[in-house]
Amino acid sequence: MVNVDVELDCKGMYCPMPIVKLKKTTKTMESGQVLRLVSTDQGSIRDVPAWAKKTGAEILETSEGDGEFVFIIKVNK
Amino acid sequence: MSKVSKHAYVVHSGSLDKLYPVFMLASTGGAMDAEVHLFFTFWGLDAVKKGGLDKAGLPGIMTLGTGMMKGKIKNVGVPSLVELLAMCRETENVKIYACSTTMAMMDVKEEDLIPEVDEIVGAATFLDIAMDADVQMFI
Repeated sequence: MVNVDVELDCKGMYCPMPIVKLKKTTKTMESGQVLRLVSTDQGSIRDVPAWAKKTGAEILETSEGDGEFVFIIKVNK
Repeated sequence: MSKVSKHAYVVHSGSLDKLYPVFMLASTGGAMDAEVHLFFTFWGLDAVKKGGLDKAGLPGIMTLGTGMMKGKIKNVGVPSLVELLAMCRETENVKIYACSTTMAMMDVKEEDLIPEVDEIVGAATFLDIAMDADVQMFI
């Protein structure tokens, strides 16, 4: 299990909110820290990896169940 | 990390249904570390006038459904245009330009614009930005 530094709950939010919140939250994090994002927006399945690709973040784990999409993300700066 | 991506949008429409995609894409682009440039011209200029984003409605006959649409937007928890603009600015990656000719044509003064407008510019400035942009759109 990866050690999570920051939890971000985006349940009930729609695009573009999870990505905007993700950016805002990772701004305050340090390089190498890990964030756990939970979203219910189906768009997140592809949006979060697309965001990571552009910002240099690394997706360590993804999982899905009960309409929730979970991403474990390592921030790289 | 990949090279900084540059996005250039001509915002020609001032209606709600067009401004939503503009601000959703701009806030997301900013969050993805892209450099986003929004050039407001013609009816789009209304959106960057003081109070303009609140006044934006659906176009033509659909104008009658504006209230219903805004209610629906609020009910599902989608941010208002004003909130989306604030999110754009928070990324520090979204620049806002007002078209100088439209301002003259529509008798809009600098003090009529919202403070988020970075610069009042002309077509050459936009093209200079757009020519080497990765994404260009006219909305």
